Amino acid sequence: MKPAVEFKHVDIIFGEEPANALSLLDKGASRDEILEKTGNVLGCADCSMTVAEGEISVLMGLSGSGKSTLLRAVNRLNTVTRGEVIVHDGDWSADVVSCSEQELRKIRRECVAMVFQQFALLPWRTVAENVGFGLELAGVPEKEREECVARQLELVHLEQWADKYAHELSGGMQQRVGLARAFATEAPILLMDEPFSALDPLIRTKLQDELLQLQADLKKTILFVSHDLEEALKIGNRITIMEGGYIVQSGTPEEIVLEPANDYVRDFISNVNPLSVLTAWNIMRDRRDLDQGEDGWVWLDRRKTTRFRLDDKHMVIGAERNGKPASWDSCDGIGDTAPEEPTVFWAQAGTPLKTVMLAMHRSQTAPVAVFDDQSRFLGAIGVRDVLGSVLRR
Amino acid sequence: MDPVSTWIADTKIPIGRWGRQFFDFLTDNFAWFFDSIANSLATVLDGLVDALLFIPPVVLAAAVAALAWWLQKSWKLALATLLGLVFIINQDLWDETVETLVLVVAAAACSMAIGVPIGIWAAHNARIYRVLQPILDLMQTMPTFVYLIPVLILFGLGIAPGLIVTVIFASPAPIRLTYLGITSVPAPMLEAGEAFGATKRQLLWKVELPAALPSIMAGLTQCIMLSLSMVVIAALIGANGLGKPVVRALNTVNIPLGLEAGLAIVVLAIVLDRMSRVSRGDAK
Repeated sequence: MKPAVEFKHVDIIFGEEPANALSLLDKGASRDEILEKTGNVLGCADCSMTVAEGEISVLMGLSGSGKSTLLRAVNRLNTVTRGEVIVHDGDWSADVVSCSEQELRKIRRECVAMVFQQFALLPWRTVAENVGFGLELAGVPEKEREECVARQLELVHLEQWADKYAHELSGGMQQRVGLARAFATEAPILLMDEPFSALDPLIRTKLQDELLQLQADLKKTILFVSHDLEEALKIGNRITIMEGGYIVQSGTPEEIVLEPANDYVRDFISNVNPLSVLTAWNIMRDRRDLDQGEDGWVWLDRRKTTRFRLDDKHMVIGAERNGKPASWDSCDGIGDTAPEEPTVFWAQAGTPLKTVMLAMHRSQTAPVAVFDDQSRFLGAIGVRDVLGSVLRR
Repeated sequence: MDPVSTWIADTKIPIGRWGRQFFDFLTDNFAWFFDSIANSLATVLDGLVDALLFIPPVVLAAAVAALAWWLQKSWKLALATLLGLVFIINQDLWDETVETLVLVVAAAACSMAIGVPIGIWAAHNARIYRVLQPILDLMQTMPTFVYLIPVLILFGLGIAPGLIVTVIFASPAPIRLTYLGITSVPAPMLEAGEAFGATKRQLLWKVELPAALPSIMAGLTQCIMLSLSMVVIAALIGANGLGKPVVRALNTVNIPLGLEAGLAIVVLAIVLDRMSRVSRGDAK
């Protein structure tokens, strides 16, 4: 994956003369100690992470954890005290921390666009004029600007509202204007600072869906700040959790839910329904970890109730349940009633945990097999694996 | 009196004398400078008055009413303006009103031209504001008559010193209100400007000034009203206008004349106030 934004050991300290605070930080002082001794506020400490091109990377944490601070370092709305923030645009790249004013302006006009929590629209401008704001600053001729604005408004379904003033629109619509304004500059990188937090839950869900739809076509690199884990799990390809200015854990949504790095993360995910995050792939035991029998037979569960016979290409050629021959069937088209003859269901890597549990229920708690695209046997999920993942044990 | 108080009173600090020496120094060495300012101001303002008086009063009144309609898109205001001005013509105070109008508009224009840039400067630079604040307080609290004297000495009698005292008195309002408007631009709006790559100048013209416009326009209205309140005082140092009949009425205890001129000032004040108000479509 090509990187779009790289943070390298970023420290952000607010206040005058941060040198003392930095040396304290290097000695391992906490945020409170630094505040007490120097009066400086620690924003971020030693944050390193990479946002890959085309992914949605979510920064998560409680308020004050430094997530917005880190985000705003990308276009230097916050000044980095020490470290590097590299922004890539195609083959061009620059360090936001040390670049000149001209380069910074290029980054802000062409590479990085931003969507704000409180929308930050200009109330004396119409919707169209707001959307064209970035282009106007960059000196794009009016004709070209109008065409681009019209395209963006169509994208967010606000064509009829072009000549209204921003305050005449509802909150959800205002944030769509904010999105269109950010899209209009055609910057490949999008910073979104809790863009949907100020909206009511229904509108929030709707805008999240719209963003995902737009992202499927536009393939922007999005760095998204959120304090809502459900939102992060829904839209993030990658989630980074921050606490007290430090990055605590960074990983895919499943990694965060399955292997929380510490109690802070565990607290965060304690309210998340694992059924909505986990898939068969996350909880299965690998083929090589299963008990092998003779003649290519493999036990699917620890209690040895169910086994498959595999050929040398790992294709299933026979199944047995409680000593009797059984058939095997996909759990995708699973019905309401239990099958009459003994059946072992199989899932695919991306099958949701919920479907796996249903399959288990329909087959009298038989283990569920996991196949790959070519129907090769990958592994199996037993009752104990399911319970363990739900209880996070 | 006790000896300490006597001693304190005896060793008076000669502030008044220093002040006089300072102004003597100015008149001795820079009389040419102040005279040329006074002369050019007087030429321009008197010329403007003459030009406006050349137009028949009814036509000019109608033109002002038309301007009121153009500014506020309100036929009620235009009608009220016309009626007010016709009332002034009826009271035979038209010449004085035009003189006052020129003085007030010129003073307001000068005050805004000085006040808005200074307000912006102070808003961008906390140190400037700290220095400016006591000066503004001084300008607004120092009794007008006190600086009337040196202005009189430096600029002589006439419309020019009238304009200058009016500007001294009125310009703190636009300075303060511009400062207030610029410093209270919501931070997210500024950040939106910065995040999309605005230069300092673009930020000023495309974000700060439009956002501060209601406040700046309130400064203009204030400025006009303060200028009008100086009309009578300006008349004391020889500026023509509606202040003259008021002063004359005061000296001769002439109730009818005082009432007529006073009402004309009120009419002018209301007309100018309503015309200079900004009603913005997006003002919530």
